[in-house]
Amino acid sequence: MLNYVIRRIIYAIPIIIGVNLLTAILFFYVNTPDDMARKILGEKNVTPQVIEGWKREHGYDLPLFVNESEKGAGKVLRTIFFQKSLPLLWLNFGRSDRNNIDIRREIRGRMWASFAVALPTFIIGILVDITFAMIIAYMRGTSLDLSGVVACVILMSVSTLFYIIGGQYLFGKMLRLFPISGYSTGIHAVKFVILPVVIGVISGAGGGIRFYRTVFLEELGKDYIRTARAKGLSEGTVLFKHALKNAMIPVLTNVVVSIPFLFYGSLLMESFFSIPGLGSFTIDAINAQDFAIVRAMVYLGSILYIIGLVLTDISYTLVDPRVRLG
Amino acid sequence: MTPVLEVKNLKTYFRTPFGLGKAVDGISFSIGKGETFALVGESGCGKSVTALSIMQLVPGPHGFIAEGECFLNGKEITGLSESEKRKIRGNNISMIFQEPMTSLNPVFTIGEQIVEAVKLHHKKSSREARDIAVGMLGKVRLKSPETLFKEYPHRLSGGMRQRVMIAMALACKPDLLIADEPTTSLDVTIQREILNLIKELQTEMFASVLLISHNLAVVFENANRVGVMYGGKIVEMSGTKDIFRNPMHPYTIKLLRAAPGVEKRTKPLDTIPGAVPASVDFPAGCRFSGRCHREMEGCAAMEPPLYGRENSHLVTHLVTHLAAHLVACHLYDPGFMSKPYSRPLGKIPEAAPLPALPHKDRETLLTVKGLKYYYPVKKGILKKTTGYLRAVDGIDLTVRKGSTLALVGESGCGKTTAGKAILKLIEPTEGNVIFKGCDITRLSGRGLLPYRSLMQIIFQDPYSSLDPRMMAGDIIEEGLKSLKPGLGKKSRKERVSRVLDMVGLTPDMRNRYPHEFSGGQRQRIGIARVLAVEPEFIVCDEATSSLDVSVQAQILNLLKSIQQDFGLSFLFITHDLSIVEYMADEVAVMYDGKIVESGTVEEIFTNPKEEYTKRLLLAVPRIEVA
Repeated sequence: MLNYVIRRIIYAIPIIIGVNLLTAILFFYVNTPDDMARKILGEKNVTPQVIEGWKREHGYDLPLFVNESEKGAGKVLRTIFFQKSLPLLWLNFGRSDRNNIDIRREIRGRMWASFAVALPTFIIGILVDITFAMIIAYMRGTSLDLSGVVACVILMSVSTLFYIIGGQYLFGKMLRLFPISGYSTGIHAVKFVILPVVIGVISGAGGGIRFYRTVFLEELGKDYIRTARAKGLSEGTVLFKHALKNAMIPVLTNVVVSIPFLFYGSLLMESFFSIPGLGSFTIDAINAQDFAIVRAMVYLGSILYIIGLVLTDISYTLVDPRVRLG
Repeated sequence: MTPVLEVKNLKTYFRTPFGLGKAVDGISFSIGKGETFALVGESGCGKSVTALSIMQLVPGPHGFIAEGECFLNGKEITGLSESEKRKIRGNNISMIFQEPMTSLNPVFTIGEQIVEAVKLHHKKSSREARDIAVGMLGKVRLKSPETLFKEYPHRLSGGMRQRVMIAMALACKPDLLIADEPTTSLDVTIQREILNLIKELQTEMFASVLLISHNLAVVFENANRVGVMYGGKIVEMSGTKDIFRNPMHPYTIKLLRAAPGVEKRTKPLDTIPGAVPASVDFPAGCRFSGRCHREMEGCAAMEPPLYGRENSHLVTHLVTHLAAHLVACHLYDPGFMSKPYSRPLGKIPEAAPLPALPHKDRETLLTVKGLKYYYPVKKGILKKTTGYLRAVDGIDLTVRKGSTLALVGESGCGKTTAGKAILKLIEPTEGNVIFKGCDITRLSGRGLLPYRSLMQIIFQDPYSSLDPRMMAGDIIEEGLKSLKPGLGKKSRKERVSRVLDMVGLTPDMRNRYPHEFSGGQRQRIGIARVLAVEPEFIVCDEATSSLDVSVQAQILNLLKSIQQDFGLSFLFITHDLSIVEYMADEVAVMYDGKIVESGTVEEIFTNPKEEYTKRLLLAVPRIEVA
């Protein structure tokens, strides 16, 4: 087990370096510092001198990988890649292009707001999805099953934007139950968080319930379920004891990988509800053409995904006795 | 004395998109105390559905018991409420299944699964239930039951898992044990052990057994009475000795003749044309009409009742006639036979006998010398190779031109790996394969190409070894394209038609997808694919083990006739010794990666020298009617 975790971490190192390299190519080669400067300074009335000035000010006036004008180690050290991209490896995100703020400090401050919305959405979402999926699976083949599936498809087909705007209109404007948007720290955050959580759960329910229903139905067709029934167990015991524990295995792959992303925030939710989390941070950065922040967030997303995959593999050992990671 | 189980006119139907499937259509039988009653027949005849109906576990919502009654110790159980039925399941009637590998829940320990059943039906404390479970594990002869109690199912072999299933089924001391193909997926030596175990515990607990099997020899050795099922009906029922000595129904007769064996070596096996129809397509009259070699004009329209003879009088079936030999066939009804519609429909012609060929002194086609195949075992943080699993550990084989060498052994002995290594489908670790004087282990890529078409393989599972998205014709043609690149499009098409015809399919079937064929037909496509590239040597890897007896006979006959027509050589990889007796000239017995004994079939079967071969031969169930 420990061996496995160590090996997975060793495997992750080349992947992380690869991601770093790709990010650098994407942000400094495909989109050159000149493009960045032009976008930030505005397309009109920009002279090459102004662009050069902006680049020097923000440290983008160096070559990407090799600096021929330097000698010795400077050839590598005095480059954009070494100064701007490589520090991402130890999570040094540098300063933003526009307001010169410390990105790492900003992320640290904002991630808890994202977490406050994402964690309840995640937990309540799973509980709601699995509960409904089991009820529908229990009623398989009946009209309730069919209408449940139809309801899921309808839920899936409606755009998330509709739920957000509709929810804000109904609960915020008409019923005045919750504030339409905004955020506050501490215990006062609760009233701001409820509406985004409810909408998050509803918008994810259609796909979630359908997925878990399929997983349960597949388990219910297996031979060991027939054995359990032949023992004289009730349908409830068969479903909630025997099928559920086996169904957890595919459910885990789907769920654990997204745990690290609870800190990452949701672009849509946060910008519509004005939650000062990482999602709205990213959206704002995109709108402001602040490439330093976007680059940091893209890189952070990849790292979280790699962490999620390792967590998934480890969690398998907890539910499936057949998996022994050696 | 009331029988333990009495089934009266049971009908279990399934609603399907193609109509009502009458999987079980009015069967009646009874099982006395301590008796073993067997239902025998090919797959799709309704045996398993009968078992599930007795368990009151017909899979809903599409399946349902349409009619009939089941009496358990004189008490009707089909009309009971669900909660009352649950008290019977696992308590009065319990069941073991065909697939021990998947029948246990993988995420609970063996102990938990047995204790669960005990606690459900008997008011026992956890401590007592645990003791009962451990005691049962000991009773089914599992070593160190205390340790096993805490073990998860995946750590056990198939045979051990079936023992656990038996322990679980018998833990509540049921009156009736239903064993649905309990040994079908197990090796022959394990099969013998499991069947003996069931018999022993049955005597000890004085329980009744309903044994379901497609294997006539298993039934012969284990049952007191037998019901032969075909098309959802019992077509013949009698005491075991009686039915095997004096089979009456044409289906029973054909089934017995279709089973391969040593005494049938020189002639083709008797086959039943076609395959068991789907339950929605059963004929209206006699279910066997259309496949029967003694069919008469009226058979397809009129359904024969189950007749019995008692004191030489014809009586229709009543459940109480336990002693009578009952048969559902118009041939035995004088009333029917006196009518004009009893004219025979013209016999289905029997295949011509095969000329016996002397196989000795034929020239050698293929020699295998010291062949080894090792799997690396990897361990540690960096997955270093720490050792090797010796799947094939230095075997020598010789295949003569135009003859058949059988490679037999139990699962896991390395026989399939050996077959693949001989064909260079996997790279052998060591050793030589000399085919027509050329060491093909030294060849690779382009150099191997001419040999690829000369050496072919037929796989075990015709259901998964054909690409479901390719049409039959394309599957056959694909091999031709890569191995006979010189052929033009037109001659390829011609050859596809020719091989389809050779294997008994019609050329128009080339445009069908694999799922449109039955299992036997799919295996014919597999054979046609191989024949198309004109091989001289074919590896048949368990080529018939997933097929029914009657279909297996068709395929074995086909293989034998193409062998004679084209002088082909076979390496027959199988665990079924009756096929070896019928098909092979020489046999090599494999155990744990090594050949323990080899020789001609006569030598090995009549005078085995090695202990392992003797054990293997003893374990084979046989029908010996004296």
